[in-house]
Amino acid sequence: MSDVHLIAITVNGTRHEVAVEARRTLADVLRHDLGHTGTHLGCEHGICGACTVLVDGQPTRSCLVFGVQADDAEVETVEGLAGADGALNPLQDAFGSHHALQCGFCTPGFLMLATALLRENPDPTDDEIREAMASNICRCTGYQSILEAVRAAADGAAEPAAP
Amino acid sequence: MKPAAFDYHRVDRVEDAVVRLAELGEDAKVLAGGQSLVPMMNFRLVRPPALVDITRIPDLRYIGRDGDALRIGALTLHREIETLTDPEIVRGYELLPRAARWVGHYPIRTRGTFGGSVAHADPSAEWCMLAVLLDATIVVTGPAGEREVPAAEFFLGFFTTALEPGELLVEVRFPRPRPHAALQEFARRHGDFAIVAAAVAVDVDGDRIADARIVVGGVDEVPLRIEEAERVLDGAAPGGEAFAEAGRVAAAAVDPSADVHGSADYRRELTAVLVRRALAEAIHTDRGSDGDGRG
Amino acid sequence: MAAGDGRLPVTDAEAAANGGRWVGRPIRRVEDARHLTGSASFVDDIRRPGLLSIAVVRSPHGAARIIGIDTAAALETPGVRHVITADDLGDLERLVPRLDRPEFVAVEMPLLAGDRVRHSGEPIALVVAETPHGAEDGAERVAVEYDPGPAVMSIDGALAGGAPTVHDEGNVLLDVDFHDDAGLDAALHDAAFVLEETFDSARLTALPMEGRACLAEWDDRDQRLTLWTSTQVPHLVRTTVAALLRMPEHRLRVVAPDVGGGFGQKCVVAREEALTCVAARIAGGPVKWVEDRQENLVSGYQGHEQRFHVRAGFDTDGRITAVAADILCDVGAYSTHPFTCGVEPLMAATELLGPYAVRCYRARARAVASNKAPMAPYRGVSRPQMVLAMERLLQKAALRLDLDPVEIRRRNLIPQDAFPWTGPAGLVIDRGSYHEALETCADALDTKAFADRRRAARDEGRLLGLGIACFAERTGYGTEAFNQRKMVVTPGYDSALARMDPSGGVTVYVGTSGHGQGHLTTLAQVAADRLGLDPTAIEVRQSDTDATPYGWGTFASRSMVVGGGATHRAAGALADRLRRLAAHLLEAAPDDVDLRDGGAVVRGSPDRRLAFADLARVAYLEAQKLPAGEAPGLEEHASFDPPGTFSNATHGCIVEVDPDTGAVAIERYVVAEDCGVMINPAIVEGQVRGGVAQGIAAALYEELIYSDDGQLQTASLMDYLVPTAAEIPAVEIHHLETPSEFSETGAKGMGEGGTMGAPACVATAVADALAHLGVEVDRLPIRPDRLLAAMRAARDTEGSPAR
Repeated sequence: MSDVHLIAITVNGTRHEVAVEARRTLADVLRHDLGHTGTHLGCEHGICGACTVLVDGQPTRSCLVFGVQADDAEVETVEGLAGADGALNPLQDAFGSHHALQCGFCTPGFLMLATALLRENPDPTDDEIREAMASNICRCTGYQSILEAVRAAADGAAEPAAP
Repeated sequence: MKPAAFDYHRVDRVEDAVVRLAELGEDAKVLAGGQSLVPMMNFRLVRPPALVDITRIPDLRYIGRDGDALRIGALTLHREIETLTDPEIVRGYELLPRAARWVGHYPIRTRGTFGGSVAHADPSAEWCMLAVLLDATIVVTGPAGEREVPAAEFFLGFFTTALEPGELLVEVRFPRPRPHAALQEFARRHGDFAIVAAAVAVDVDGDRIADARIVVGGVDEVPLRIEEAERVLDGAAPGGEAFAEAGRVAAAAVDPSADVHGSADYRRELTAVLVRRALAEAIHTDRGSDGDGRG
Repeated sequence: MAAGDGRLPVTDAEAAANGGRWVGRPIRRVEDARHLTGSASFVDDIRRPGLLSIAVVRSPHGAARIIGIDTAAALETPGVRHVITADDLGDLERLVPRLDRPEFVAVEMPLLAGDRVRHSGEPIALVVAETPHGAEDGAERVAVEYDPGPAVMSIDGALAGGAPTVHDEGNVLLDVDFHDDAGLDAALHDAAFVLEETFDSARLTALPMEGRACLAEWDDRDQRLTLWTSTQVPHLVRTTVAALLRMPEHRLRVVAPDVGGGFGQKCVVAREEALTCVAARIAGGPVKWVEDRQENLVSGYQGHEQRFHVRAGFDTDGRITAVAADILCDVGAYSTHPFTCGVEPLMAATELLGPYAVRCYRARARAVASNKAPMAPYRGVSRPQMVLAMERLLQKAALRLDLDPVEIRRRNLIPQDAFPWTGPAGLVIDRGSYHEALETCADALDTKAFADRRRAARDEGRLLGLGIACFAERTGYGTEAFNQRKMVVTPGYDSALARMDPSGGVTVYVGTSGHGQGHLTTLAQVAADRLGLDPTAIEVRQSDTDATPYGWGTFASRSMVVGGGATHRAAGALADRLRRLAAHLLEAAPDDVDLRDGGAVVRGSPDRRLAFADLARVAYLEAQKLPAGEAPGLEEHASFDPPGTFSNATHGCIVEVDPDTGAVAIERYVVAEDCGVMINPAIVEGQVRGGVAQGIAAALYEELIYSDDGQLQTASLMDYLVPTAAEIPAVEIHHLETPSEFSETGAKGMGEGGTMGAPACVATAVADALAHLGVEVDRLPIRPDRLLAAMRAARDTEGSPAR
């Protein structure tokens, strides 16, 4: 094994120390070193966005960042969105109630992208939502339900999560 | 698509980057935002034996005014340009935040860097085009110290610049504001690299155009300044006829290649259209109208 | 977790108004929780101790002889454990996809290439290593010596005299004179006019967001092999892989875990599925292959590259009197199993006439080989291409006769009172709402006002166009329908097992295999209505060949009709059994017992009730209380095998063409669709929107482009243009409902309709915008550079019909 580095990376609030080969991407590290398989790989060249996570609060294509670069970083993934009791957060709930997912493979990437958008811009226009969501590819939904879900989450009008 | 193995180095000072690059030899590559480099590594199109990660050098992230000049540190994120609103800094340079919205997509802009894009030298990349358009100076540092390269001499070919082995791009400096400036792009999908892009800047002297600049991307190996089209505009009255003529002359002056996204003739057609549209937009941009530059 | 409608608040009154039924309600999907929280399990998420990774060495050439393969350097690569070539596969059965018809040419699809490669991306060797990174390192070092040859890269190239041959058997793998009405030549001769046109559609790839992936593990204790694979057809994979490996089928378990889309690319058996199993035996431990996007583009199965030469005769009223078609499909280098390279040409020939009342027909259909990746049925399968042909023919005729586009379709659609309609080649189309859908779509778009709007826009220098496409979507085919194809295996029926366990919990095992369609929800809705239970109290299980009865998986828009039919019957049989048992225990007649709210109750006597848990306890644990002749336990198996049933839809859109750049923007997109009884309207709408997005992609963006020597030039997502949310408009959907007489619930399938209508809808709209210039739109995708060139070359035709 070539160049290995010990990194400290905080994922969804939990700190991990892990030895990683330099060429493993953050996606590889999250998925296989840390077992957080919710982040998916759809292209590994930065186009599809299925691998989107937040790094230090910024939406990031984890297939384009090496794990070693995330040393000392705070990473948020889809596994960290729900409440401690497992309750879906309003964005997740809005995706469910608006049928914004079908096969689910692109869903974590869209959730993290939307999370970043709404944190930075809690009251986006429809055009701003479409512009941001155009960063990721979905093959199943035709996008409309995703845009509606993000709209609903922004409006705070998401259905309450089912108990 | 996993990259070939490499050794990873991280530095937090410019001097250390220069020393490390010298030690590692000319096959080592600088890692900044990675948004262009890492996909190529994942495809194994490039296989640098070593990467020097410069992203944690704090001194390279800044945007500031120095009189008329605008200075942008190499590690400034695209997103930071996009969200630049401070009038003290941006006045006269509003084209840059407008152009930033064309750079890839939102998550690319939160990671990719201004300097990285210029050093990568894709001829249709927005910052490369604007550097040529606005006569920027590229500030570079290396084993022999710091030097300045005019943008017109910096881009040498596809993905090829005047950076010598072991040199690091540290700043891009724009000398003077050009309030009448615009960028128009055409791509098949939102966020794609432009098939053709046109960047223009003009001064309006009374009711005549002066000091026109026209740069087209996607028609050559480098962002191409089209002086023949500029001459059409100098002293002309701003308006549809002059803009259309400049567009026609620009189209006739370029010799683009074909690829899967468009034929050579199409690129010529787009050159004419986008130059014309960019000029029409540029004339009004000093009034703060927010042309969105969609081609 | 209590159920609730996602978008509609459900009051007791609304539920009662729906007859208390679950079918028809847009309830939230039970599948969603895992995906929303990142706890889904796709193949690459599965962890097994000692798991090794496979990288596949693939041909870079379109056509070449293999002189030699040197694996020494690969074997010395750090982390590499094994390198497997064709010689190492052992005594496997040959994979020869076949149709039992004389016009079909069967060719072997090698699992690993031997002495010849026939498409770039063809697998040549497997490298098994500790990590995917190491496996790729090793794969780079497998030294293959090639002697490249000339490649066949187009239909014309394949058919040219003296062309190189993809196979020794030649380049035409199927040549069928599908149908030939004796009066056709006379009908064309007597027609008021004949249009003779050629329509071309580009080669596409399904591009599911998850590529293909397999993980195989041999269990020494049980002497069984488990294959997790991203497939649409787990039983078919089991049957085929077991046969290829010459192992007893019951010793192979195939599981499709969460699957990230398929769209047909995964409804055929992949070479890598068998290869991963062989590698697991050789490695002595679990191994996985996870296709990356480049592999998926280069070597994933492709489709839709078709050319239609059509002659259509019209009378003076614009009615089609006869159609003669010569259909050519570029099927790539091999047939895929089981549908073979015949699937596209045969479907095209069978269904070309669509919803139009044409009585005189001739069709020849050919599968033409090329040195491209093999074809597998991609969503829509020839329907997008045939609808393009028919709708453009009608548009051209309408232009010639100065007929309104809606009117010419009114005149040609099968009359509403003529169903069931038997077409000239014997295809029977059951009742639908073809005319109503056309009128609904036309009204929504206000087509009557459009001519004025188009004219006014043109005065301002803007180019607007209106497009319409009507089609019939064949769904839910059963055995008899598939039998017409003469495949070596005949799909069609499906099976379900409904079981109540001793605690009263219900599980339904179904042979279909959802991968985004929400089956765990919709099939539960179907079963819920039979059993008087809340759907969230019913667990639906699919996609595990150890658990479910034999089924054909999910493709061809079959699952709600066939899987739903089997579910309806099995749940119904279980319900009957519960009623019999309850009647016995409650001393009532079975006909007087209702199943409601999780129990059985005598109608009119609410106190005479037994909960399901009580009934199940008797059936399993107190068998002494069973009625005479009743078996213990509570499970019922059922199958369903329908003839098939047609959905219908009309798509309409308004586009604007940029006169300077040739770019096309879609201003509005409307769908009026009828899929019979909707099990879950939210899911139906999702399928429409997703299908329309892929159809718009086919119309305007996607195209696999090969070089003359066989290289794929669009081998990344930068170059193969899958549209984003910025390119796909909102779709307005209007629902009609003509219940199917051939399904248990009245549902029809509808998963592919979006892809069928959209290409023609967009093409006719662009043609409409440019008709005054005489620009034809007969080739997809509509690329801005080609469109602009056509606009420049055309002239504003004087004397064209007043518009």
